[in-house]
Amino acid sequence: MAEIKTMAKKSWFLPAILGIVAIAFPPFLGGYFQHLLILMMMWITMATAWNLLGGYTGCVSFGHCVFFGLGAYGGGLLYLHWGISPWWGMIAGPLLAIIAGIPIGLVTFRLRGPYFALSMLALGETFRIVFTNWVSVLGGACGIVSSRTFGVEKLPYYYIALVIAALSVYVVYRLMHSKYGYYFVSIREDQDAAEGLGIPTTRYKMYALIPSALFTGLAGAVYMNYMAYIDPEVVFSLAGISIMMILAVMVGGAGTLGGPILGAVIFVLLNEGIRAAVGPISYLIFMVIACLLIMFLPDGIIGDWAKIKRAFRGKKPVYVGGE
Amino acid sequence: MALFGQTFVTGILIGGIYAVIAVGMTLIMGVMKIINLAHGALMMVGMYVCLALFKSFGLHPYLGMIPAMIILFGIGWLLQKYSIERVFGVETILPESQVLLTLALGLGITEIIRLIFTSNYQCAYTPFSARCFYLGGMSISQPYLVGFIIAMAFVAALHILLTRTDLGRSVIATAQDRDAATYMGVDAKRITNFTFALGTALAAAGGAMLLPIFYTYPDVWHPYLAKCFIITILGGMGSTVGALSGGLLLGVAETFGATYWSPGYRDVVGLIIFVLVLLFLPGGLKKVIGR
Amino acid sequence: MAYLDINHVVRKFGGLVAVNDITVGLEQGEIFGLIGPNGSGKTTLFNAINNYYPANSGEIIFKGIPITRKSTHEICRLGIGRTFQVVKPLRRMTVLENVMAGAFLRTNSATKARDKALEILNFCELMPRKDMPAKDLPIADKKRMEIARSLAGDPELILLDETAAGLNLVEIEVVMAIVRKIRDSGITCFVVEHVMKFIMGISDRMMCINFGKEIARGTPREIASHPEVIKAYLGEEYAKGK
Ligand SMILES: Nc1ncnc2c1ncn2[C@@H]1O[C@H](COP(=O)(O)OP(=O)(O)OP(=O)(O)O)[C@@H](O)[C@H]1O
Ligand SMILES: [Mg+2]
Repeated sequence: MAEIKTMAKKSWFLPAILGIVAIAFPPFLGGYFQHLLILMMMWITMATAWNLLGGYTGCVSFGHCVFFGLGAYGGGLLYLHWGISPWWGMIAGPLLAIIAGIPIGLVTFRLRGPYFALSMLALGETFRIVFTNWVSVLGGACGIVSSRTFGVEKLPYYYIALVIAALSVYVVYRLMHSKYGYYFVSIREDQDAAEGLGIPTTRYKMYALIPSALFTGLAGAVYMNYMAYIDPEVVFSLAGISIMMILAVMVGGAGTLGGPILGAVIFVLLNEGIRAAVGPISYLIFMVIACLLIMFLPDGIIGDWAKIKRAFRGKKPVYVGGE
Repeated sequence: MALFGQTFVTGILIGGIYAVIAVGMTLIMGVMKIINLAHGALMMVGMYVCLALFKSFGLHPYLGMIPAMIILFGIGWLLQKYSIERVFGVETILPESQVLLTLALGLGITEIIRLIFTSNYQCAYTPFSARCFYLGGMSISQPYLVGFIIAMAFVAALHILLTRTDLGRSVIATAQDRDAATYMGVDAKRITNFTFALGTALAAAGGAMLLPIFYTYPDVWHPYLAKCFIITILGGMGSTVGALSGGLLLGVAETFGATYWSPGYRDVVGLIIFVLVLLFLPGGLKKVIGR
Repeated sequence: MAYLDINHVVRKFGGLVAVNDITVGLEQGEIFGLIGPNGSGKTTLFNAINNYYPANSGEIIFKGIPITRKSTHEICRLGIGRTFQVVKPLRRMTVLENVMAGAFLRTNSATKARDKALEILNFCELMPRKDMPAKDLPIADKKRMEIARSLAGDPELILLDETAAGLNLVEIEVVMAIVRKIRDSGITCFVVEHVMKFIMGISDRMMCINFGKEIARGTPREIASHPEVIKAYLGEEYAKGK
């Protein structure tokens, strides 16, 4: 935590400048770049949300696609059954994600470490299969097609995604500087010690899960409105959503505020940005980078920043404290 | 009644093939104490090696299995030695970084295969694939049966290797207590590399047995990886008998789910069993059958 | 009824009875010492008190409240703090953050937790270390940090499990002084220790267990000369020779 605090003190102007750029520039960009920016904001939200539960609290979830998919389907189902504007999905989606998240947490938080990860993976796959097969209620494998409120205009979606991304980062920032933050990290560092300090660990894991599900669900709802088409193979995808959220966070640096942001930007640039130039090999490139990073900078670019600096300057080791 | 018997037999046969794939995984998990998410992708590579041999030389998958196992043994050894071993025991913020590495490796390998073989569905079709014979009103498919028999041979051979040879005993010793094994003169690193390679070769063998039955494509491994976990959790880590019983149980449960519930929910049955076992039977069947 | 009442507590691990029918009562404000050879069940008794490993039978009552079925964090909130024989630092947090994590038990404000933590760090003479990550501390300081961390939660009873093991003589003196200060501030101390100089020096009353059973109880002086205790520590032969 020490790291975040000093960073925040020194450079409040960095977020301010980033904010001004993020607000002022996109109108002058082409449609393709706006599309990239929307995806970036979505992925920043998702990576930040995952990081709260996985990076800070230490519950590595391999099944966050559950919350993304439910967030997307919240609006989709309203539209499918009652023809209500999918914008209501911005409320219904995250709500659905939280409602599902609570019992999921109650069950899976009894498990630790890799077993928690795997049980989440199993749940993610279960949701995918159920949403694929239950045609009458959930639409089945064909998914749900809705309409785009703003037609081909991208800017409104961008600003909505930007607000949500900024909100997610802000909420996590505030949480991590309060009692919650200390308790989350204590649980990650040693669950037994945390219990012994009087921390109700299951309850606090739940406090981390709820905002995490909420923001992942919001990202799903944005996706649903922006794409105007969802199908279970995409929104409940293990390889495409759950795993990518983790890898994006790992690349940037788990358990740091900036890590998920950086990781999400790198991920979108590599996965979507250079795809136009090099074709599907871009995905392979991202995987190779992820492997190399885990092997040589296992705490991610931000988490291992001291290591990187040392390598470039040949200086003595500097400890980057806290998380 | 015939339907019931048919379902049961099919479940046992396919479960045997699952067991071969899973026994490799449970061995690796037992020795390395990490979850190897590259296992499924490596099985898929084994399938493609067999497929390539079949397409270019007309080699039947049951024969192509042998070169495929040798190749995958080598790939497994190299991956373990030059990549996974590096992060073994490194302290990181997320203790799961090793697991994520295996996952990134698996996904990367999948992309390489996709570049070479494209995403298209492919199969090694021989007249043999469709052949079946009848037994008391049940039709038994030949590739299932042959696959099952080969699978059982592999599980038995592995069991003998582990219990009767020095090499196998070193593997078991390393799984039980790495440090103690090291003091006793076991080269734990080498044994780990060997275990990883052997597990990978077994996955390739399982893949080869699936090839005459199912289509293959680069992402084919996802459900099989899930099945490996389920079996490992069911059977308990590092136990051949556990993997075998877990595999058969899963095969039967799945086929019953597919027959009596809905084919679409086939994989859900396994996943539900998985979560239930994790919650209510930690340690798996191994604990119950007392092995 | 005593302040902390342990009634016929039994804890088994498979066939092994690690704590076998222990009954003891602690009075408010005393330092109670518990000794016994390695593996005699001391840590297990602590684990039963704060329910890491629930007792198989028997009852534990703290200030008149039965705590046998309460969860570990509830027991801590009721006022029983503890340290671990095998230290459990929150590794990547600094010493100050570790102690703050303990202080949050009684406050929701980060500023108040920080002030409390600084006060406790001062009390435990850990101020110079406050910004070090816990994983980089030498063992003696890790042990002291564990004491500080549980003191930050304002316990009324503290369970200290071998806080002097592995320390040198100077460090032991420091810890002894801290434990006395803790008691003087009104906190009851339940101390497990192998270092005789330490435990004999600070305890008001003592108990010795072996194989999970009580074998002697009394003042430090009585315990030191108790034949059963000598036998347990030094073996049959030595006891007879005396
Ligand atoms: N989690 C456990 N599972 C199985 N056996 C255990 C467990 N914890 C303790 N034991 C056993 O219970 C017995 C008592 O152990 P305990 O740790 O309470 O002893 P101790 O008195 O604290 O010893 P020491 O002085 O070495 O700390 C030992 O035989 C130990 O092996
Ligand atoms: Mg002990």
